[in-house]
Parts: sequence; structure tokens; C-alpha cells
Amino acid sequence: MSSAPGSESPTPGAPGSALVSPGTQPLLQLRGVDKHFGAVQALYHVDLDLPAAQVTALCGDNGAGKSVLTRCIAGIHQPDRGEILWSGKQVHLRGPRDAADLGIEVVYQDLALADNLDIVQNMFLGRERVHRGLLNEDSMERAAAETLRNLKVTTVRSIRQPVASLSGGQRQAVAVAKAVMWNSKLVLLDEPTAALGVVQTRMVLDLVRTLRDHGLGVMLVSHNLNDVFQVADRIAVLHLGRKVAEGPAADFDLQSVVEYMTTGSAHR
Amino acid sequence: MAKVEDEVGRTALDDEVEPTAAAEIAAPPEILAESLGQYVRAWGRRVAGGESGALPVVFALVIIAVAFEIWTQGLFLSPQNLVNLFIESMVFMTLGMAEIFVLLLGEIDLSAGYILAVSAGVAGLLVQKPGPDWPWWLAIVTALVCSGVTGAVWGLLVSKLHLPSFVVTLAGLLIMWGVMLVMLGNAGEVSVASRILVNQHVLYQIVWGNIPPVAGWVGLAVLSLLFAGFTISRDFGRRRKGLVAPPPGLTILKIAFFVAAGIAVVAVCNVNRGSAVVVLAGVPWVVPIVLVVLLLWVVLLQRTKFGRYVYAIGGNPDAARRAGISLATVRTWAFALAGVTAGFSGILYLSWQGGTSTNVNGGQYVLYGVAAAVIGGTSLFGGRGKIAQAVLGGLVIGAIYNGLYLQGVQVQWQLIATGLVLVGAVLVDTLSRRGTLSGSATRI
Ligand SMILES: Nc1ncnc2c1ncn2[C@@H]1O[C@H](COP(=O)(O)OP(=O)(O)OP(=O)(O)O)[C@@H](O)[C@H]1O
Ligand SMILES: [Mg+2]
Repeated sequence: MSSAPGSESPTPGAPGSALVSPGTQPLLQLRGVDKHFGAVQALYHVDLDLPAAQVTALCGDNGAGKSVLTRCIAGIHQPDRGEILWSGKQVHLRGPRDAADLGIEVVYQDLALADNLDIVQNMFLGRERVHRGLLNEDSMERAAAETLRNLKVTTVRSIRQPVASLSGGQRQAVAVAKAVMWNSKLVLLDEPTAALGVVQTRMVLDLVRTLRDHGLGVMLVSHNLNDVFQVADRIAVLHLGRKVAEGPAADFDLQSVVEYMTTGSAHR
Repeated sequence: MAKVEDEVGRTALDDEVEPTAAAEIAAPPEILAESLGQYVRAWGRRVAGGESGALPVVFALVIIAVAFEIWTQGLFLSPQNLVNLFIESMVFMTLGMAEIFVLLLGEIDLSAGYILAVSAGVAGLLVQKPGPDWPWWLAIVTALVCSGVTGAVWGLLVSKLHLPSFVVTLAGLLIMWGVMLVMLGNAGEVSVASRILVNQHVLYQIVWGNIPPVAGWVGLAVLSLLFAGFTISRDFGRRRKGLVAPPPGLTILKIAFFVAAGIAVVAVCNVNRGSAVVVLAGVPWVVPIVLVVLLLWVVLLQRTKFGRYVYAIGGNPDAARRAGISLATVRTWAFALAGVTAGFSGILYLSWQGGTSTNVNGGQYVLYGVAAAVIGGTSLFGGRGKIAQAVLGGLVIGAIYNGLYLQGVQVQWQLIATGLVLVGAVLVDTLSRRGTLSGSATRI
């Protein structure tokens, strides 16, 4: 399909990267990333590690730069300065395709599902399987069903119902399933529980844990500190475009995260 | 306002994650139902919730037929008149198909009526003798290519320069109107009714030539077997593989309906409409020709990536863009295909009228086309609709047109009646959309 991103980058899953055990070498590292839009400096010199098989929560107040950071990793924005390392090697993400080819998938804040299409059609949108020029619906339906089963998404009635007929939590689940179908290694979730009730939030958080247990790296962008403390292994906090804290979740408590989010520092 | 309750198959396991009643209504019943009985109940709930599918248009057809049958004292449903009605409806149906390509994107093509006129003019002029005297098939291909290129130009303006399709194709309407007037020149008309010139006669026979009655029955039998074989192997095959499939009863019902409709059409067309001396009977060639085009477009829209992308763009352009779909390419092709289909309806018009003239009212035709699509159930807001819906919609328009004409009603009343039906269709579309969007479909 499309050409390999950043010529010096290794193929995901190549022997070189498999030798590195998770924990010693993060899946993805940001080093000194700057990003500005005209006069607005959205990110200042951000360093961030996203290890495999761990959930890293990215917290920050409105406008802190969480979505911009997500879009930089997704290849939608290109950083002005700084570098992105994938399994230790520098990569240049010139577009969403480059990120997808590495195994980075994003679930956007606004989901990006087509309401009029059914679950299978949405999960394969843009990457349909074809057989002699015609869509291979059977094969796509089977693969989609299997992915949903693996993620323990069992509440949808029929995989062929239009997305318009799903509840918020189910839509979120479809968006996540869509993101992990493609041998992805790192999944970025931008505010996945923002619009959800208690039960549906629980369902999405379970999904996040399932992803981690499958060995994927997860970055969870969230305002909701309850959610963060429930699933995060690591926490990073952005304040006005600067990363002001990063570390194992055990090093934080609710109050310190709130202070970091609102003032950029915590006195302890 | 009572919430629709008592869902089929609701189990103790379902908790709050279960879709709401409104969501239930938004899902097609054939997906969720396990048996024909469940299907009928789910379908009933959908109708009550405002998501009525093909029901209103079938209902409208029956009302129109009964009303005209009484009013014209049996003339309307006579075999002779029904064949006329089929023929007249073909132009509306194909124009409706043309519009559906762009309506699915949430766009509109107002120039389709004059693309019809220009296409008819091009094909007609090319088979004149003295004159170019081109072979009939080359004349048709040329007319279709011109129509497709015209549509592609509108498509490029819409997708590359981000101009609103309403304005682009409104300008297109005026331009094509002018082109038609220039083309037909001082004579102002062109005829293909010659029985001696082969190339003209073939064009004329598209609509006025009939399939021999026996061949009609044989054709229907073959078609029915193909349809039944395909439907059964697909639906039952999916069921066997554990994939989502409609209940078996519904599959059988679908086939029965297809065969019954086919028998009705062939039977009506095979009645002698001439005299005892000069027998005139058989299915007009235009019927299978339009069926073939319909089949092609169904496959294109339902079974290919292109078709999937048309629906995706109509449903959520941002989702389509993020999925890596080239919006500009898909949009341009959709406009081009709308142009080709409008050009095809021009060929049918040329054949039907035995020629064409500067009097073609392209402005009125395009509105009939949009009306056929919307009455059939295609949404003006994009993403919802099927190409086959143009068939029912076209029949409704054709029936009104034909019935009022039969009764000698003045053209102004035809316009008013068609307009009212269109308003009704748009109302249904808007109300059902509102119900789905607000997520609060309720029984009234
Ligand atoms: N495309 C853009 N053009 C200009 N400025 C932008 C753009 N995207 C983001 N910004 C600015 O960058 C800053 C960070 O925005 P961002 O969307 O990342 O915030 P956020 O942390 O995701 O907030 P929220 O919690 O509200 O989603 C804001 O000041 C915003 O106005
Ligand atoms: Mg954001």
C-alpha cells in the first residue's frame, strides 16, 4: 500500500524491536516537542514516554494541549521542533497513514464514525476487503465479529446494525475496536468517556484494560481523574502546553494531580 | 408521549448499555429479527416510530391507483394505459436514479433535466440523414459521454473549489438550456421517427418496440430463477456461516414478491393493445434495459468501495476523510455518474417522443427527478437512500402525470399535484430524520 514512513524506521514487530523488553524501552518517546499555531504556542518542549502494555493517562485542563499532542503522535500535526522516537528510532510522521503503518491508531474525541453505516462497515472504512472488485462482506463481518469478541464487547445486538442505533458506550467500543483491528501497537484515546454514563464508562475502562492486557500501549487523554486512577499505570500532566509531571500512578494522588493541572506544580 | 416498550428478545442480561427504543427503531428489522413474526413486529414498531421505509410510497401508489381508477371509470388500470404509464415512468425513474447519486452525498444536481435535453439532442442530431448519419450505438455512447463529462465538470467545481452544488448546477441548468437551444438551432426540433433509416428506427424502438409475448415469459422465468438462486444462496449461505442474515421467511417473501411483480408486469404488457387485425403486445424493450441499468447501479453502490465511500461521505465527511478516502475523487465521480444517468434518461426521452425539441422543460423534469428520489425514500440530507427507490418514486410521479393527463386535467393541476406529493415526501424525510437525531422517537 503506501510507502514506509521515515526511511530509517524499523518495521514494527521486526526482530530488532522485539528484543527490547517493555519497560526498558518505551514504545514511543517524545523528545522536546514544540508546536505553535500562529501566535499560540500549544506545546513547549514536551518529553513523554509511552511504554507498551501500560496505560499512560494524559491529564490537563481545557486548552492544555492534550489534543494537539495526540494529533502530533497521530501524524496530523508535524512538530515544529523536537523528535519522535518509535522503539528508540527517530521517525517522521508526515500524515495519519505513516502513523497507522507503524501501528499507531487514534480514537478521536468526536469518534469519526458514520452514523448511516453499520458496525462492520465503519470498522473497515477506508480499508475494505475486496474480492474481484466487489466488497468481501463475509470476510469483513467475520473479522469484525472476532475483534469485538476479543475485546469482550458483547452488548451489541447485531454487528450489522447502523451505528446510529448504538448507545454512547457501544459507539465508543466500536471506535476502539476499529482502532485495534489493524495490528496496532499503540492506541491513543482522546476523552473516551467524556459523554458517557456510569455503566458505559465502566465498559470503556474495561476495554482499556483489555487492550493493555493484550500488550498494547495505551494513552488515555482524560479530564476525569476518577477514570484516570482506575486504569492508569502512569500519569502525565500538561499545563498550558508544558509537561509538568510524569511518573507511575502510585506516585500521585487525586489532590496532587489537581494541583498540577490547575497551577502547574504541587507543593509536597 | 409513551416510550416504546416491550422489546422483542430483551433478556435479563441486558443492562443500561442496551440501546434505547429510539435506537431500536433506527436499526433495520431484518438485521435483528430471527423469524418472520419478529420481523413483522419490529417493522411495525419502526413504522409507528416514523421510520417507515417503503411503506408510505407503496401506500401512496395504491391510493393514487384506486382514486384514478374510480375517477377515470376503469381507464386508468386498463392494460393499454398501464403500459403507457410504465413507459412514461421510465424517464422519471432514471432521472431519480441520477439524483440519488448526488443526494446520497448530501448534494443536488439541478441541471439533470437539461442534461436530459442536451443528451436527447446530441443523439437525435447524430442519426440525421442527410447529416452525420452515425450508427445508433455511437450516437448513444457520444450522448452519454457528453452527459458524463458535463456532470464531472460540476463535480470538479463542487469538490475542488468547494462551491455549493446548488449554485453550480443551477448555473449548469441555464448553461445546458442554452446549449440545447443552440444545438437545435432554427428548426428547433429533431425527429427519430423514420421507419426507413435503421439508426433512427433502433432508437425509436427502445421504447416503442416490444418483446414477443412468449419471449417475455421465458425472460421472466430466467430472471426469476437467477434472482431466486442468487438471493437464496446469499441469505442462506450467510446464515449457514453464522453471519447476520434475514429470517428465512423474509428471503422467501422477497422472492415471491419479485416473481409476483414480474408476472403482473409481463401479463399486463402481453395483453393485446392493438386490434384484432394488428396485434400489439409484449413488454416494451425499455423495461429490461432500465432493469439492467438499475442492476449495474445497485452493484456499484452496494457492493463496491466507491459505493461504500459515497454513503460514508454522505453520513459523515470527517469520518471519511480520516479513513483516508479522497472526498474530491468520490464526489467528482458521483456527479459524473449522475450526468451519465441523466443522459441515459435523455435517450429514453428521445425514443419516447420520437424526437426532441426546444420545448423540453428541463426545469420541470429535474424537479420530477428529485421528487422521484425523495418520494422513493432517499434523504435530502445525504447518506440515506437506495437507487432502487427511484423505481417506486418514478412510478408515483408517472401515475400522477398519467392519471391527470388521462382525465384531461390542465398542466397547472399536474404541477400542483406533483408539488404537493413532493412536499409530503420531504416532510416524511425531515420528520424521520428529526426522530432519529434527537433519539426520541415516540408514539404519537
Ligand atoms: N488547529 C489549531 N489552530 C490554532 N490553534 C489551535 C489549534 N488546535 C489547538 N489550538 C490551540 O492549542 C491549545 C491547546 O488545544 P487542545 O485542543 O490541545 O486542548 P485540550 O487540552 O485538548 O483541551 P480540551 O480538554 O478542551 O480538549 C488551545 O489554546 C487551542 O486553542
Ligand atoms: Mg481536547
